[in-house]
Amino acid sequence: MFQCRVSGESTHVAPNKDGLSFVGVALVTLRGLTSNRAGCQVGQTVIHEIEGTDVTDTASVSSGATSLDHIIIRFAGDSGDGMQLTGDRFTSASAMFGNDLATLPDFPAEIRAPAGTLAGVSAFQVQISDHDITTPGDAPSILVCMNPAALASELHRLEDGGTIIANEDTFDERNLAKAGYLDGVNPLADGSLDNYTLIKVPMTTITKRACADLGVKPRDADRSKNFFALGLVSWMYSRPVDTTLDWIKAKFAKNELVVAANTAAFKAGHAFGETAELSGHRAEIRSASLEPGTYTNINGNTALSWGLVAGSQLSGIPMFLGSYPITPASDILHELSTKKHFGIRTLQAEDEIAAVSAAVGASFGGHIGVTTTSGPGVALKGEAIGLALSLELPLVVIDIQRGGPSTGLPTKTEAADLMMAMYGRHGESPMPIVAAYSSAQCFDAAIEAVRIALKYRTPVMLLSDGYLANGTEPWKLPDVASLPSIEIEFATAPNAKNDDGEDVFWPYLRDPVTLARPWAIPGTPGLEHRVGGIEKQDGTGNISYDPDNHAHMVQIRADKVAVIADDIPLTMVDGPDDADLLVLGWGSTWGAITSAVRRARAAGHSVTHAHLTHLNPFPKDLGDVLRRYPKVIVPEMNLGQLTKLVRAEFLVDAQPVAKVKGQPFTAAEVFDVIEGALQ
Amino acid sequence: MSDITVPETTKADWTSDQEPRWCPGCGDYSILTAVQTLMPELGVRRENTVFISGIGCAARFPYYMDTYGMHSIHGRAPAVSTGLAVARPDLDVWVIGGDGDMLSIGGNHLIHALRRNVNIKILLFNNQIYGLTKGQYSPTSEQGKITKSTPVGSLDMPFNPISLALGAEATFVARTHDMDRKHMQEMFRRAHAHQGAAIVEIYQNCNVFNDGAFHKITKRDNRDAMLINLSHGEPIRFGIDNERGLAMSTSGSIEIVDVDDVGEAGLLVHDEAAPDPAVAFAISRLATAPTMPTPVGVFRSVERPEYAAEVNRQVAEVTAAKGAGNLEDLLRSQPTWEVS
Ligand code: SF4
Repeated sequence: MFQCRVSGESTHVAPNKDGLSFVGVALVTLRGLTSNRAGCQVGQTVIHEIEGTDVTDTASVSSGATSLDHIIIRFAGDSGDGMQLTGDRFTSASAMFGNDLATLPDFPAEIRAPAGTLAGVSAFQVQISDHDITTPGDAPSILVCMNPAALASELHRLEDGGTIIANEDTFDERNLAKAGYLDGVNPLADGSLDNYTLIKVPMTTITKRACADLGVKPRDADRSKNFFALGLVSWMYSRPVDTTLDWIKAKFAKNELVVAANTAAFKAGHAFGETAELSGHRAEIRSASLEPGTYTNINGNTALSWGLVAGSQLSGIPMFLGSYPITPASDILHELSTKKHFGIRTLQAEDEIAAVSAAVGASFGGHIGVTTTSGPGVALKGEAIGLALSLELPLVVIDIQRGGPSTGLPTKTEAADLMMAMYGRHGESPMPIVAAYSSAQCFDAAIEAVRIALKYRTPVMLLSDGYLANGTEPWKLPDVASLPSIEIEFATAPNAKNDDGEDVFWPYLRDPVTLARPWAIPGTPGLEHRVGGIEKQDGTGNISYDPDNHAHMVQIRADKVAVIADDIPLTMVDGPDDADLLVLGWGSTWGAITSAVRRARAAGHSVTHAHLTHLNPFPKDLGDVLRRYPKVIVPEMNLGQLTKLVRAEFLVDAQPVAKVKGQPFTAAEVFDVIEGALQ
Repeated sequence: MSDITVPETTKADWTSDQEPRWCPGCGDYSILTAVQTLMPELGVRRENTVFISGIGCAARFPYYMDTYGMHSIHGRAPAVSTGLAVARPDLDVWVIGGDGDMLSIGGNHLIHALRRNVNIKILLFNNQIYGLTKGQYSPTSEQGKITKSTPVGSLDMPFNPISLALGAEATFVARTHDMDRKHMQEMFRRAHAHQGAAIVEIYQNCNVFNDGAFHKITKRDNRDAMLINLSHGEPIRFGIDNERGLAMSTSGSIEIVDVDDVGEAGLLVHDEAAPDPAVAFAISRLATAPTMPTPVGVFRSVERPEYAAEVNRQVAEVTAAKGAGNLEDLLRSQPTWEVS
């Protein structure tokens, strides 16, 4: 077992080896350490010493670094402290290094809540590992706190004995009061953190000094302190340096002073680790043995955007996006607005209703209409989605779910729009539902939504959520040739005869297998026709108020969604048929369930995990799968919506496991539920 | 856009096989006939013509045109049309709707389509009443109107659709009425020729719920005295003997004057192409109800880049600069690393 080195106060005045003019007084206080605890054990990890190697410029391994199989770090600070950027950079460096990883950005809805308050705390959690992981981890083992509010708000998440790296410069009376500490209380000084490893670093002071000779104003230098933190943590976990320095150069190219300040701060942080006797805290996480291939680190909204582009390219149908900015979906609009060279037209509409209506208009014209939003937007779009359903035109509606109802928790995740996706329109108005289950898998889910919409001429709901949208993971790039082909043909000729024996076009004469109607687009001579939201006669498409015809059309629209079951994969099942328990999931719970089920098996339990990528229709075998197991539990980020659907559909005694806290399930929570269910 | 290769057509070619279902005597019939008889003159193809409507009596219109058409949902026709026009700038897109559809539930879409200057031709059937829902007051009904929903009189200040359109940065704004086919057709022809969003307000008689709302100005015998024809570049005159005219007061408002009093030179010369819509707006304020002398014709017709063309220009320019998109390249557009 590795022993942490306990030092009292040590003072260094150190020119660093990169030749920076950093002269700092590094005050490091390591408190409350007892042997082989505090800061040395990380999660469930077995820690072992490795041989030291030479320090290199990319800082891979340094003497005395511990080798860990994973580490969970949480960066927390004020909204203005750049924590998302810091976390993102740390993640990118780790990705380039070859770790498997998963991230969880966690930020407030306000762009800048009052500085220093609990409401303004912005956090970013990342798990990096040397093996395949599926979640950003449960309790972090390292908590970086840029101010007292970050400590106050995030400490409860830190694992017992975890490490706190605090910017002690900010722990003054004013900030402590804003964070809610009582008069005279300073957690950095009162022993209340004795059960953790506390590393106090005067980040602001050192950053300002490092920037002093660069001509950067002290106030501007203050803004670079997140790069100090990044530099320090990068040193602690032996992250590559060059990728970040190159990135700083490129990102801030327009302002040389900012490049200089951020670079100096980063290097100062790195040097601080090196010189301040933090070597006892140094660890290394080897690259993961991922499947061979080319990888990129991707978040859900980017993957989803690219999936939409791919859907358009694979089908040869141009794409039109109508969208209205809304958290957490806006990034898809941003991303697709840069894809004009793929023939994608984007419209930032005047409101949610215009956004979907314009998409319906584009679909009528032969494009694939797409609209992106979150729950409140779906609520507004309901009538227009019903129109697309009645017109039987392709449309992809993307709901990046967030906490509801009403404005709810705009920046926090939830998956409580399933019933709205199923039933949130008037009348009998079924539509297919596809749900993404991981950030990278949003790519495939988007292609699938486009495929179903085009092939079956129907609106499709694609569900993602805030967690998938902003979280990232390494993604092995698919071989483009292996992507599904989507073959769509427009109608070009009449398809019926009228009473006089003349050739005519009937817009609702269906394909016998898919039940899809022909898609005749304006500009096609001889196929002029009218469609509308009023009930129409099957076949001719003429307005019809005939009772039997309406009954027939309601049934046809239901059948049209039902037949898609023949065209989608069977339920994704991982585990034996005779397990004692089935954990059924949909959407972003996949990561936590997968990880929890692995732990449960390691603990000797017989558990199977089934996960749904299609929620309407369900896979054909879902009833059989559910009935195979004596117990079925359904972890959901809602109060049991999928549970209700499967109970109603299959009469199985599925039990809901609800979490509606604006945070994804942790694997530990699911694991506990599994153990509970098996008792 | 006239195309000499377009086959000759007649009204019958533009008439679908569906029986119109408006009340007998409804002004909608004369508007339909005006459009159906105008289309053969426009040099356009049926397959490239689309009529999009929302909900309301007027919104049945697309079913009666033998073109492509969509009867969409209440208020959303300008938004649906915007998507279609952007996706397919090669089409002629007409938008049909009433005062409730376009100014109440769909008011937001109307003003945004106008400011964007999307190439759609909006025919606003203004009958100052809700017809399809059987006679409630509309956003253009006069204050104090007694209807089923306002038994002691409506309280709402009505919209003036011309003023609204001018305020919404519209590039083409005109008014006509359902009793004068020639005038309607002239306005529709001008709207069609305009590059950008064009709105034509049509005073339309709902003979069931608001009969005669416009008769004081639109009946043949009243027209000379009550309709003020706006004609580009000409002094604005009207009256049975053309004895009256419009002049601008010192306060900037428009007033009716006797030509004898001010002389021809004292009259306002209509300039539909004026870059500043201020005078057109002032003219639109002259009549507060269709019971007083009311301007008709083209209030404003100015050139401004058309939205769909601009969207497609950006697509073409970015494609020319970057080359047509390639999926392989897209997937590698962020930093990547190799695992072997
Ligand atoms: S209610 Fe009025 S507007 Fe509607 S069809 Fe009848 S007459 Fe025409």
